[in-house]
Amino acid sequence: MPGPITLHLPDLAATGRLAARLAPRLRPGDAVLLEGPLGAGKSAFARALLRALAGDPGLEVPSPSFTLVQSYELPGGWEAHHYDLYRLSGPAEVAELGWEEARDGLVIVEWPERLGGLRPEGALVVRLAYGAGEEERVAVLSGWDGRMGEVG
Amino acid sequence: MDRDAAVLGLESSCDETAAAVLRADGSILAEAVLSQLAEHSPYGGVVPEIAARAHLDHLPRLVAQVMAEAGLDYPRLAGVAATAGPGLIGGLIVGSSLGKGIALAHGLPFVAVNHLEAHALTATLPGLVPDPIRFPYLLMLLSGGHCQCVAVEEVGRYRRLGTTLDDAVGEAFDKSAKLLGLPWPGGPALERLATRGDPARIPLPRPLLGRAGCDFSWSGLKTAVAHAVARSAGTGQDRADIAAAFQASVAAVLADRARHALDMLPGATALVVAGGVAANQGVRAALAGAAAQRGLPLVAPPIRLCTDNAVMVAWAGIERLRRGLTDEVGHAPRPRWPLEAMAAPAAAA
Repeated sequence: MPGPITLHLPDLAATGRLAARLAPRLRPGDAVLLEGPLGAGKSAFARALLRALAGDPGLEVPSPSFTLVQSYELPGGWEAHHYDLYRLSGPAEVAELGWEEARDGLVIVEWPERLGGLRPEGALVVRLAYGAGEEERVAVLSGWDGRMGEVG
Repeated sequence: MDRDAAVLGLESSCDETAAAVLRADGSILAEAVLSQLAEHSPYGGVVPEIAARAHLDHLPRLVAQVMAEAGLDYPRLAGVAATAGPGLIGGLIVGSSLGKGIALAHGLPFVAVNHLEAHALTATLPGLVPDPIRFPYLLMLLSGGHCQCVAVEEVGRYRRLGTTLDDAVGEAFDKSAKLLGLPWPGGPALERLATRGDPARIPLPRPLLGRAGCDFSWSGLKTAVAHAVARSAGTGQDRADIAAAFQASVAAVLADRARHALDMLPGATALVVAGGVAANQGVRAALAGAAAQRGLPLVAPPIRLCTDNAVMVAWAGIERLRRGLTDEVGHAPRPRWPLEAMAAPAAAA
């Protein structure tokens, strides 16, 4: 079984290219969990992924920190739901945010630590960390054991 | 509409529960605002389910209170206006359902108010500025959930000139404050810390400064704050200097964006600022400077009318009722409701 894949992303454009490679692999029912500290680029990654999924490089993807979840209709008649759980205290509140219905589509989750028992099995986990340079990031992809080969 | 006709306004789109009774001449007969700050602060922000429950607990009582203070019975109202979006869906349902119920029970017209429109029209409230403000004017809405430049051309006619490409400016304040170890709400705490700091010692980027248009981007500035905090020795002076640099960057960018937006709206009579970030004195001074460079006044409603309140909702209701713009009680609240969408129903009415 392949282990986690570590990718060096020298700049935001590299993040966009990784998102563009991932987007066509995503299916209804999938979950992408974005981990990493404040400012590591979770929202930027989610934005790139949603734009790639929508096929619209200019798609407006506002931060969901305030509304906690933003939903997007995707070409092909399915939906993606972008969650930011930063301000929640736990899974009971996640359930109130239409989580169960959202799982029919794609969920992209920032601060997935708050999911507790709701954390989906078989999710793609993208852990982002600061790199050496100002714009540089390191992404560690894990969780997609059977599907990981498609990504790297 | 008679000058002494009164409208009941309800606001519950986010973390304030508010009710107000306003006369058509702009005089406030009664108002009450209940901030859910205490209930939310353990979470470092607004949590929607808690917000919905709190609105449900408090709004009916606030309505009874303002009606009693105004000395009015429901049948004597000229209408009921409630915020119906954009915002957190639970709170929107509570407020607009209560408003519709009152309207239905007493045979009154109902107005579903767009929260952003209410902010946009606050500046036309009589008595707010010595000279009544005229259309068109530029609105900069700067809050925790919104960051946009809007051309306000007429009641019901709005054009968004620019918006944030990522975070709202109030969110940048809150998250940077968190990185600096400050308590929520971060904006006021960061402003206090910044007064002791040197904005030049640890310079921070000024995203989109000088770029065409009037869009915003704050996510890179937040990341730069994270880097600066990590690199510093973490002394009190370091933190104060980073806070001062952050505020200086935000003020400089907002002033630059304001100048660009004013150039996109020839004939603008004023720069109007609304939203919680408008309470920041550094931001206000920078925006006043930008407006003055274009020979225009900065109109900043008093803070209590800048943040979420029901007076602005009642006033938007009055302005719409004057134009015969009412809504069916079947009107569904809309968590996302861009201002441009206002034009369509107005034209159809």
